[in-house]
Amino acid sequence: MRERWRKALSASIVWLCLLAVVLALVPLALVLFYVVQQGISSLNPAFFTHVPVPHGEEGGGMANAIVGSLMVTGIGAIGAIPIGIVAGVYAAEYRGTWFASATRFAADTLNGVPSIVIGVFAYGIAVLPFHRYSAFAGAFALGVMMLPLVMRTTEELLLLVPSTLREGALALGATRARAVFSVVVPAALPGILTGILLAVARVAGETAPLLFTALNNNFFNSDPRQPISTLTVQVYTYAISPYEDLHRQAWAGALVLVAIVLSCSLMARIATARLEKMQRGS
Amino acid sequence: MSPNIRSDDLLFRVGTGILAFLLIAVVGGIAFELWRVSALSRHAFGWTFWLTDVWDPVAGTFGARTYIWGTLYSSLLALMISTPIALGIAIYISELAPSRLQRPLVFVTELLAAIPSIVYGLWAMFVLVPWVRQLETATPDWMKAFPLFSGPPFGIGMGAAALILAVMVIPFSSSVAREVLKAVPQSQREGAYALGATRWEAIRMALFYGRTGIVGAVMLGLGRALGETMAVTMVIGNTPQISLSLYKPQYTMSAVLANEFAEAITPLHISALVEVGLVLFVMTLVINVISRAFIWSLGRQAAPRKARSTAATALAEPAA
Repeated sequence: MRERWRKALSASIVWLCLLAVVLALVPLALVLFYVVQQGISSLNPAFFTHVPVPHGEEGGGMANAIVGSLMVTGIGAIGAIPIGIVAGVYAAEYRGTWFASATRFAADTLNGVPSIVIGVFAYGIAVLPFHRYSAFAGAFALGVMMLPLVMRTTEELLLLVPSTLREGALALGATRARAVFSVVVPAALPGILTGILLAVARVAGETAPLLFTALNNNFFNSDPRQPISTLTVQVYTYAISPYEDLHRQAWAGALVLVAIVLSCSLMARIATARLEKMQRGS
Repeated sequence: MSPNIRSDDLLFRVGTGILAFLLIAVVGGIAFELWRVSALSRHAFGWTFWLTDVWDPVAGTFGARTYIWGTLYSSLLALMISTPIALGIAIYISELAPSRLQRPLVFVTELLAAIPSIVYGLWAMFVLVPWVRQLETATPDWMKAFPLFSGPPFGIGMGAAALILAVMVIPFSSSVAREVLKAVPQSQREGAYALGATRWEAIRMALFYGRTGIVGAVMLGLGRALGETMAVTMVIGNTPQISLSLYKPQYTMSAVLANEFAEAITPLHISALVEVGLVLFVMTLVINVISRAFIWSLGRQAAPRKARSTAATALAEPAA
């Protein structure tokens, strides 16, 4: 009797775990379904070529927001990626020293700081002193968010490089810098680039840190010292407006966002699968 | 070794070290900046900031208790929903799923984390909230007697916010829990099976072995939930009130930052908002540090294998 009870319990837990998986997949499927369904019907060429028009007028788009998102994310990435990679090199090279542990701890801490708080920080650093919202301030916030992601990925991937490679370089008389930057980093580069792609994609979908740094803008802007519109903030602005036509624009924007994020994830997935194949082959 | 190589190595170490230090500097900078800009509000209100409810930018009175309540309550509710599901997923993927299914499942749960907060918010606003409203309208009267279900059926409110938060937290908790289960030595399970354990009993052994890490995983999810902004702001109703009810609109710290920061004009208002940010920063910092400590202690426990494989690299490096 007891035996049967234990087996029944075990079997039911197995089913409960499967149920948990299904419960998590349902919202994912629903979100994707609605974004695609609502988004496609609202998406048209004007969305990519026009700037916003007031509620009630036909044919507005988010061209300026798309450019703005690219600009803000791009500037942030240009700042954060080199710093993140070099910091990751340090953390991997001097693993085990207390300073490397401290930087790793700082990176994990930074990774856990809510994005809205990073926005407040960026406001204090890059908006208050200049008395002006700007694309730079938004880029600064996003860059700060990318930093720990890039650093930790770089570190993890450098540690996967077989130590014989660097030992070979050192044995041939290379300095440490030479061994790292011309042998170890290139060996890990495909993986690092994949990680960076994921980091950039993740940060590109952020809204909260841009609300009061890059602010918003209804027109095209190519001056990073001025407020700029971004896809995410524009979707938010439209979503909380009371107008049906603006809601449709918001769904279209969400579709574009999801398409970007999903294609980045898929690309990264394919790239990692290839990398693993290569590593197994060698 | 020629002195030339030594000085090159030193240069390399210092050069890369400076950039690595930047990460520490940024974290310190965030703390310093939040502390500095919130000075005005901290001096004006002191502890009453935490303990009073009146938030009136026009009168210049700021008390953040309702926001702190909203953040804590919504996160706690979200965690109550997400924790069993996240653990179930972690157990299924690492212990039960056929190996062909494992990687696709990991990928799909990662997708859940990849979808931007604003997209969840949009979906929650236009799809989830009407559903919640129907559910609330259909609530039988005897249930409404409980404080948890009291209030008019707006749809928008604490319940909807907790639900969408739970969805967003699941991938974080489940991926950490999965790693933890992976770190549990196979011998633990084999031992259990050898003693005649059922599948669930063996899994329970593994969970018990990794309990600190599991707690860490749940707390990491809590850290995420506390700071989550957009989706919550869009569905919680942004009404500062303290209530246990799932039906009533409330407000969170991150939401008040998102709503008011860009429009704050008086230095005191800005300063009070920054203090809200400071509180949020400290809360997530503490939660994250504790959860990392939990996860890390488990990593150490199960680490001897790891230590040996890096010994080769340590030998290659002249003692630093």
